[in-house]
Amino acid sequence: MTADLIADLLDGQHRALARVITKIENREPGYRDLVSQLHEHTGEADVIGITGSPGAGKSTLVDKMAATYRDQGLTVGVIAIDPSSPFTGGAVLGDRIRMASNVGDMDVFFRSMSARGSLGGLSTATTDAVKALDAFGKDKVIIETVGAGQNEIDIVKMADTVAVLVPPGSGDDVQMLKAGILEIADLFVVNKADLEGADRTVQELKEMIEYRDGGVPGRVGHHGASASGGGFERADADGGEESEQWIPPIVETVAKDTEGIDDVLDALADHREHLVESGELDSKEQMRYAEEIRTLLREDMSVLLEREIDRMGGLDEYVERVRERETDPYSVSDEILEPLVDCLERADE
Amino acid sequence: MGVDQEQRTIRCLVAKVGLDGHDRGAHVISRAFRDAGFEVIYSGLHKSPEEIVQAAVQEDVDVLGISILSGAHDTLVPKIVDGLEEYGAFEDTLLLVGGIIPDDDEAELKELGVAEVFGPGASMDEMIAFVRENVPERR
Repeated sequence: MTADLIADLLDGQHRALARVITKIENREPGYRDLVSQLHEHTGEADVIGITGSPGAGKSTLVDKMAATYRDQGLTVGVIAIDPSSPFTGGAVLGDRIRMASNVGDMDVFFRSMSARGSLGGLSTATTDAVKALDAFGKDKVIIETVGAGQNEIDIVKMADTVAVLVPPGSGDDVQMLKAGILEIADLFVVNKADLEGADRTVQELKEMIEYRDGGVPGRVGHHGASASGGGFERADADGGEESEQWIPPIVETVAKDTEGIDDVLDALADHREHLVESGELDSKEQMRYAEEIRTLLREDMSVLLEREIDRMGGLDEYVERVRERETDPYSVSDEILEPLVDCLERADE
Repeated sequence: MGVDQEQRTIRCLVAKVGLDGHDRGAHVISRAFRDAGFEVIYSGLHKSPEEIVQAAVQEDVDVLGISILSGAHDTLVPKIVDGLEEYGAFEDTLLLVGGIIPDDDEAELKELGVAEVFGPGASMDEMIAFVRENVPERR
């Protein structure tokens, strides 16, 4: 059964790909075998993360990017992640509505995923889904997600290249500085660049990038928001001793009119080239797999612990003792882990 | 072992096909399904049968609910059924139709493989219960 499904997926059947992703999402029995078998077929796709606040235009941009890649003869997989209700687990996944440019084109494989409320589980499911798309043979895999919270930042970290969408007028300089999401950007896209305030946003981003490198913005006037020419900033234009370092370019787009999409793709390609030349691609991969293994270990470990806790008859008794001030949560944790610690210490000897 | 606890969630595609632009019903149902704990993918308005098939296959939905108020169900629904069959997705997708469907047509749609037709006045609870009971077993 598993072998058939894998064979069908590798054979290019979209239905099999869809089913594999479902199994991954549902964590159906045997999904681990599936993903294990997929692994050897992965490593070819170029993984791109797109993030930005709700309404920034992520889905529209992804749609146009996918269409442009298709024009170049490349195949595309998209995973769009939307939040789910923490109360019912239900979700309305709306990103698909924007995928208007790729109607009837199965070679753009678009899949909506919800956060399903499980802490950490989402990044595992997304990693595995990316593997499925990669093994299927998609040239470009795009992960689209609202950049809210640690969980989502983890997801975007799985990408080789991360583009952060910033809509015009997203607050003053302080907002820009405090948002941790900006630090993960390899590329900034100021979408809706036809709206008022786009120039100012570009200018603020420029300042932020220059401050980030510990420098003082040289070209910036006293009032910040002088109009910039717009278009595509070459990142490595300055050259010099820091030419090794990637400076995130800023691209202006009007995604709904397909304006600036080529610039985005060029910038993504430049970053890819930088990754390969600087050897960062390899180190990123090493880090990613290390992180993946750690995440899996954490999850597997917590499952083991849950099972052990069930076996001991649940936590109720401990909770009662904690309430009575007979013990405290730290001591309980030590107590429960004691056999494990003993076991590991014995293994060391 | 390990991370094997199953987290099965019912996935639904709520689809508006053809030129009919009345989506209040589709919105209400999307919301009710969401509140019932389903994952709902809403297609948006004015979709072609091919788009619906593409979405249903890629999203691997358990339930496809088609909302048609234009009277074009007898041309649009068969196209969707054919498309699903082409990708081997027809067997394990629960097909529902909602809208203004004459009784004779309802029989025809059911003949085609539509599991149930919900007309005006159908209650949300009824629909959600129907989905829960009839959602196909997946292998």
